Amino acid sequence: MMRLPTFTYVGAKTLEDAVTALADDPEGTRLVAGGTDLWPNLKRRHQGARSVVGLRRVAGLRGITGDPAAGVTIGAMTTLTDILRCPMLRDGYPGFVRAVASISSPVLRNMGTLGGNLCLDTRCTYYNQNEEWRQSIGYCMKEVGDTCWVAPGSPRCWAVQASDSAPALCSLDAHVVLHSTAGERVIPIADLYNDDGIVYLTKSRTEILTEIRLGPAGARRSTYWKLRRRGSIDFPVLGVGVALELDGGTVSSAKIHLGAVHSFPVAATAAAAHLLGKSLTEDVIAEAAELAKDPASPLDNTDFTLQWRRRMVGSYVDGALRELAGLPPKATPSVHGEGALALEV
Amino acid sequence: MADRDQPRIVGTPFRRVDGVAKVTGRTRFADDLAFPRMVHLKLVRSHVPHANIKEIDTSAAERIDGVIHFVRGEDMPNTFGILPVSQDEHALAFEKVRFVGDAVLGVVALTEDAAEEATRAVKVDYEELDTIGSVEEALVTSTDKIHEYGDEGNIHKKVSMEFGDVESGFDDADLVLEDTIFYEGNTHLAMEQHAAVAVPEGDGKITVWSATQTPHYVHRALAKVLELPAAHIRVIACPNGGGFGGKSDPFNHEIVAAKAALQIGRPVKICLTREEVFYCHRGRHPVTMHVKTGFKKDGAIVSQHLKTALDGGAFGSYGVASTYYTGALQTVTYKVPRYRFDGLRAFTNKPPCGPKRGHGTPQPRFALEVHLDKAAHALGMDPADIRLNHLQPKNSVTANWLKIGSMGLEECLQKVIDGSGWRQRYGKLPEGHGLGIACSSYLCGAGLPIYWNHMPHTGVQIKLDRSGGVAVFCGEIEIGQGSDSVLAACVAEVLGIDLKDIRLCVGDTDLTPVDLGSYSSRVTLMMGNAALQAAERAKELIAEAVAERLQVPAGQLVFAERRVFDASDPERGMTFSEAVATAESKFGTLGTTGSYTPPRSPGRFRGAGVGPSPAYSYSACVIEVCVDRETGCYTVPKVWIAHDVGRSINPALVMGQVEGSIYKGLGEAMMAESALRRLPKKRSNALVHKFPSMLEYKSPTFLDMPEIVTYLVEDPDPNGPFGAKEVGQGPLLPVMPAVCNAIFDAVGVRIDQVPAHPQMILQALDDKARGGPGRYGPKRFPDVSWGEPLRVPTPDEGGDGKAINAEQVGVRGGTMKEDPEGVKS
Amino acid sequence: MSEHVTATYRVNSEGRTIAHPAHHTLLEVLREACGLTGTKHGCELGECGTCTVLIDGEPQLSCLVLAREVEGAAIDTVEGLEGRDLHPLQKTFADLGAAQCGYCTPGILMAAKALIERKPTPTRADVCEALSGNLCRCTGYIKIIEAVEWAAALCRGESGARPADASLYGVCKEKPHG
Repeated sequence: MMRLPTFTYVGAKTLEDAVTALADDPEGTRLVAGGTDLWPNLKRRHQGARSVVGLRRVAGLRGITGDPAAGVTIGAMTTLTDILRCPMLRDGYPGFVRAVASISSPVLRNMGTLGGNLCLDTRCTYYNQNEEWRQSIGYCMKEVGDTCWVAPGSPRCWAVQASDSAPALCSLDAHVVLHSTAGERVIPIADLYNDDGIVYLTKSRTEILTEIRLGPAGARRSTYWKLRRRGSIDFPVLGVGVALELDGGTVSSAKIHLGAVHSFPVAATAAAAHLLGKSLTEDVIAEAAELAKDPASPLDNTDFTLQWRRRMVGSYVDGALRELAGLPPKATPSVHGEGALALEV
Repeated sequence: MADRDQPRIVGTPFRRVDGVAKVTGRTRFADDLAFPRMVHLKLVRSHVPHANIKEIDTSAAERIDGVIHFVRGEDMPNTFGILPVSQDEHALAFEKVRFVGDAVLGVVALTEDAAEEATRAVKVDYEELDTIGSVEEALVTSTDKIHEYGDEGNIHKKVSMEFGDVESGFDDADLVLEDTIFYEGNTHLAMEQHAAVAVPEGDGKITVWSATQTPHYVHRALAKVLELPAAHIRVIACPNGGGFGGKSDPFNHEIVAAKAALQIGRPVKICLTREEVFYCHRGRHPVTMHVKTGFKKDGAIVSQHLKTALDGGAFGSYGVASTYYTGALQTVTYKVPRYRFDGLRAFTNKPPCGPKRGHGTPQPRFALEVHLDKAAHALGMDPADIRLNHLQPKNSVTANWLKIGSMGLEECLQKVIDGSGWRQRYGKLPEGHGLGIACSSYLCGAGLPIYWNHMPHTGVQIKLDRSGGVAVFCGEIEIGQGSDSVLAACVAEVLGIDLKDIRLCVGDTDLTPVDLGSYSSRVTLMMGNAALQAAERAKELIAEAVAERLQVPAGQLVFAERRVFDASDPERGMTFSEAVATAESKFGTLGTTGSYTPPRSPGRFRGAGVGPSPAYSYSACVIEVCVDRETGCYTVPKVWIAHDVGRSINPALVMGQVEGSIYKGLGEAMMAESALRRLPKKRSNALVHKFPSMLEYKSPTFLDMPEIVTYLVEDPDPNGPFGAKEVGQGPLLPVMPAVCNAIFDAVGVRIDQVPAHPQMILQALDDKARGGPGRYGPKRFPDVSWGEPLRVPTPDEGGDGKAINAEQVGVRGGTMKEDPEGVKS
Repeated sequence: MSEHVTATYRVNSEGRTIAHPAHHTLLEVLREACGLTGTKHGCELGECGTCTVLIDGEPQLSCLVLAREVEGAAIDTVEGLEGRDLHPLQKTFADLGAAQCGYCTPGILMAAKALIERKPTPTRADVCEALSGNLCRCTGYIKIIEAVEWAAALCRGESGARPADASLYGVCKEKPHG
């Protein structure tokens, strides 16, 4: 049986407990929310921890407040299942809820939290392996090695951003609240991510992500298309989060973020800009989809081949935009969250 | 006597006898066992793919709190292996490691935590050797040999045999078609990780509890490596949490646990991690195939030449048998009057391949069924008809000397053709939707044992007494397939008692008669026959005593409803327990035995030992696919399958085996692969499994399963108990080719390999759009010089089952035979 | 040896005070400290669903729960499913052969129990979705789906005939899906 290493456990009861414990030994301390990312990483010895601060019993971190008209705040310890069972989120932010519905499987959504999903470690098939396996490749840059095996000449790590909720929330211009002994700051969620497989978050090691804030839903349409092998469990090999506003027949705002094709949820800015001021015709959508491929940098470190995943960026952006435009589908997304949404009514 | 025509239990869906234990958590799997003073074993495994071991430094590990003992390879110099001709494994490698994951040292500690920590503290100094990563590399690398034995260089086994004049058959053909096809390796992925507990008995004897499908072979391997009399070793097979062939070899962890237990005098447990299970492997061989067939205009095969190249991994395992199996069963479904088979297996620095559900036959079956689909299109025929019109007849002998008994494939085909609406729908579904058809056949147990002997393949003992309870002893192993239920049903049926009246004792080498194991789909037929024989003998004793007491002719007695009574006057009789007491009074303590040895097969040539079986099951399958042209992704909405099971002992479990086979087959067709990866050579010598985890080795979920329509076709086989044949493996085989044939119907491209990934379909579609053939698959078969084939005239040619050139060909291509020396490694 | 903690767990409605290594997961505590080996494990990394138990009524993976984080919570395992009689799920799983090797069964039973308690009339799509984090390598899932549907009917107090009986043997068995 795979087992955890030993560590000192701090069961925080208040946010102050947690930030204090973190400030004591930022390098040696890990936070645990739902545990579905940290515990496997510790069991595989990807990550070490002198101490682990448990957030499960911290008061006030779990819950959903507000409404789509004024904006919604979600506590970081809110489970993914809690989100699916919240009708107002479905109404106001369908792209975000679809993304959450696409995450892993129901049993993991019962455990996993939104904060945890946003802070999910980047993934790579050269990294997410057991210690013995990693020893046999001489480890990699994300750990103690000096090579990024997916791009051996590269000076950087190309581990993949693998959260479904992140690109969806980026496309919706959500904000996150970070808390530390120094106080609190609020940043756009896109700024939470760094273009690096190792230091993938801009959050400092003394900060705790406590809240996710969604602005008023307004007339924005949103969706999320996820590509993965199986109907459940798998991480995305591509996630497309799209949010649009239409003014009359033309697009007045557009955001497209791509997950799992870079070390951070990458914005397809040229594609989004191409839509502005235009009506969503098949041609406009196809042109935007083609432009969206450009910022994607899939490499051979997930399921499927990288050439195909790059091609799928076009197909999925096209598909997501067609869905929002009400056009008949050309491609079918491998996961669209329907089953989870029906189950968790 | 036994009313086999009107059974009460057999043929009705009944609750499996181990059902309640399994739904309450009471079933004790190997890792559920705990004993006083038990300690824990972990294995240090090689992180290099091919190397000489220079030094193993345990000094840091020794200092870890709780570590109490190390087991070293030098202490177990004898080799072992499942086949007598490939005794090429050491319990712990002490000279050389051959793949990443090869075990080099055992660490025993008070807790598994400490043992695990200690394995990481052990330093092993290796002198690395060049690696072989493919059949092609093995063919051209004669130095840096992985093993010192083998047919040539790094080629473990090379066989070539010809039945009839194949070349002249091609001359007679109206169409000669050639295909090169690849089947990627995959693994069993049983949910239960292998585990074993070795318990010393204090007097030099030892008991080993293990998650094994083959306690008998584990027993033999333990005796050989531990150098103990077999009578002093007891192996108890725990119910397996899934096997599928993956627990059919004796494994190093079982032997090291036993050695450690003997050395320290304490119970020792080991439970492998999931990654270690991937290292044990013994999964489906990756096989490249070339098939060339001559057809007449009506689709009849006149001649066929099949070549297979198997990537065997680092050890022999069942590999010699696997190699033969890639050629053996091509002739049992459709008439193949002339047939040549060339096959080779290479050693490579990868986890060893072995038997997985279908053992060696799914790969060539895939090739044959895809090839036939293409032939049908080339000849302007319906793919269903090219099969239906040329079936191998029942009660016949094939060109390669396999004796066919019952054969229900025609009815199977009709069922799926009708059920799927094939005649109305094939070739006519909307764009992106398609149907594919394929057939298959499988053994009901191998005709010959793994090691040469004249003893039964299975035995059953029955003990009865005045309580009315019946204890049944058999070496069979419940791996989920329902063998316990078959055993109980056969005995209960004959004795007219309830399943609940039977107590089973199985898979225990001390207490139960030898059964060779739960592999090769042999258990229902072989054990069932032995159980019937033992039960009939018990019935005979009871009937004789009861007849005397009731003054009724024994032949007039009926055993039913827990009673024994006069058929002509049912009131005249007694309870079953009274009947047993009557017999116990007359004969003394009661016990009977039954055993089973398969009939001899007609082939008399080297290699004729692989392929014969007392009976063959048949399956036909139609699969519907829906392909997304934009992405290449496809789904399988519906499957129709018909399986000729001879007769169902428990139809509920038969259906479950069919559905489970579809599941496994779809996994292999669509996603499951044991791919390995190298790193850039100038930077690293690594050769590692790409995805050794439950997450990345893709196994379909609840959301990936289609609707399945199952038809059980019953053509009772005279060799089967109540006419029963196998169902555990055969229905998997047609799934993969039916998927690829359906993709062709849907979008008009050929995917000549599995898994068929979406990107392959897009590539083939692009190729077709550019005016190419619209195919994705391997380009060539490796260059191999096969030498002179063993020539065996066919039955139609008046042959006698012997080769005509055995002396010229010599011993290469040898059958499995007892080799007490083993192979020195 | 590693640091131990003493904690009180509420397992199958029974309080148990146990000393165990501080870093052990609920899976290890259940199997090793409580001797409740009915909960199985297949990967210990959250990838297979085998070790599913209920924590406060929700299916969770015991391999990814630090035991001490669920001190005081209601923990339900397969051993607690059976009262004087088998739970309807246990009956239907046993009768239909929904447990083949039986290794994934305890986890699937617990996930199914949570489903039918929350949704007494689940659709077939609900059953598949709810159990989709639990892999089974034997059954192809079909018998499991049928067993859950049958058990749900029994729990609703419907007489609930065995679903496959009418057409099980030798004839076509049509099953609506999705």
